[in-house]
Amino acid sequence: MIPQGLKYTKEHEWISVQGAIGTVGITAHAQKELGDITFIELPEKGKTVSAGNSIATIESVKAASDIYAPVSGKITDVNTILSDSPETINSAPYGEGWICKIEMKDPVQLKGLMDAAAYGDYLKTL
Amino acid sequence: MNDMDKLKRTPLYDAHVRAGGRMVPFSGWEMPVQYTGILEEHLHTRSAVGIFDICHMGEFVLSGPNAFSDVDRLVTCDMSGLVPGKCKYGFLLNEDACMIDDLIVFRTGIEEIMLVVNAGTISGDADWIKRRISRGTVFNDISAGTAKIDIQGPLAPSVMDRYFEANISSELKRFNFKIIEKEGERGIISATGYTGEKGYELFIPSRNAESSWEKLLSYENVKPAGLGARDSLRLEMGYPLYGHDIDPTHTPFEAGLMRFVDMKKDFIGRKKLADEEKSGAARVLTGFIADSRRSAREGFVVKKDGKDIGVVTSGVFSPCLKKGIGLFYIDRAYSGENTQVVLSGGNVEISAVVNKPPFVR
Repeated sequence: MIPQGLKYTKEHEWISVQGAIGTVGITAHAQKELGDITFIELPEKGKTVSAGNSIATIESVKAASDIYAPVSGKITDVNTILSDSPETINSAPYGEGWICKIEMKDPVQLKGLMDAAAYGDYLKTL
Repeated sequence: MNDMDKLKRTPLYDAHVRAGGRMVPFSGWEMPVQYTGILEEHLHTRSAVGIFDICHMGEFVLSGPNAFSDVDRLVTCDMSGLVPGKCKYGFLLNEDACMIDDLIVFRTGIEEIMLVVNAGTISGDADWIKRRISRGTVFNDISAGTAKIDIQGPLAPSVMDRYFEANISSELKRFNFKIIEKEGERGIISATGYTGEKGYELFIPSRNAESSWEKLLSYENVKPAGLGARDSLRLEMGYPLYGHDIDPTHTPFEAGLMRFVDMKKDFIGRKKLADEEKSGAARVLTGFIADSRRSAREGFVVKKDGKDIGVVTSGVFSPCLKKGIGLFYIDRAYSGENTQVVLSGGNVEISAVVNKPPFVR
């Protein structure tokens, strides 16, 4: 269920790396916990972020929560489809529901993140 | 999960868990907030039938020769036309005209009244009422033994006819009810609800709740709906929720709910309301529609040109409008339709316009 090859945070973000660019989204577990997603405030393209900074806010019918940058870098792209169809995050959290792309400043930060097996073990502790 | 231990469970708890209900604390009860998803349950109730576990709410029966006149003095609604078989929405007020609860008054007999009250207010209401009734009036809290299932949606009439194997829907007009005796047990079916759809509320003995729930679910077009959908459905209609939009710090006048108050009769709180009608209220309860999908939440401050002019008491994403909607108390001067305001909470600012509910017709 948890895709291999991605890196995961304890706050339930994932990052998929191609070269210097990391694509960021939230996990299936996160979207299920949030319930129907009704709104997302996307980050600004070109903005510089540090790992652990809030980069987006997601709202479901009854709650709001922040999405944090898994790594530091510059936002190079955002998934504008989500503005009108935030529910895409519910239906395809690891695919069409991606949130933004970050040009990584320090790829070594990826070492501090979990792989699929570690994230799966982490979910069992919750 | 420790805080869940002290919570009460309705007779439908096992059925919710079987159906994948996500159980959350609500007014001292462990209730399903959703099954498959709030949006789906909301839209299903607007297009077919949703059934809701409302067993946590309270029911009191008052009986005796003075039961009717006792209740008439305690509640705000006009009871003059309340013949057996009819029910009415109103408020229980204190001497300051502030709302102790909102409730529905059922005339279940010439000398018998049933009151349906909120879950969180059961014991407070019971104390208040018992201290103010005649000696000969018998007060009975039947909440524990009474289950309540709401059946709501455009297809609810045919579901009810099938359930009772009788043409219930055509004879039961809105705010009318019928007492049903079946195998020596008493139940009530009323044409009432909290969704804005056609619908019914079924009061039955708790031990029959699970079998009735499963029977209803076995019908085509019927799905369970949780408290999440109940909240977004009622907010689309602008119905107030006790403890949020209406509470012991506000009067029905401030809440714009005087249509449920009969100023021609005598009742507790009447004098204060008459004064308020003359002087006017500083703030009034009305609704808003946001410019975006973003939803303001309870406690957000309402601003106009940087000035605090009110507070949000309920907010939700409207599945039908695809925009944030809600209710707020706002300075009367700014309560006019289409007034532009900003709803502010934390670092979030949402543009919205004043819009008197209902938001969906």
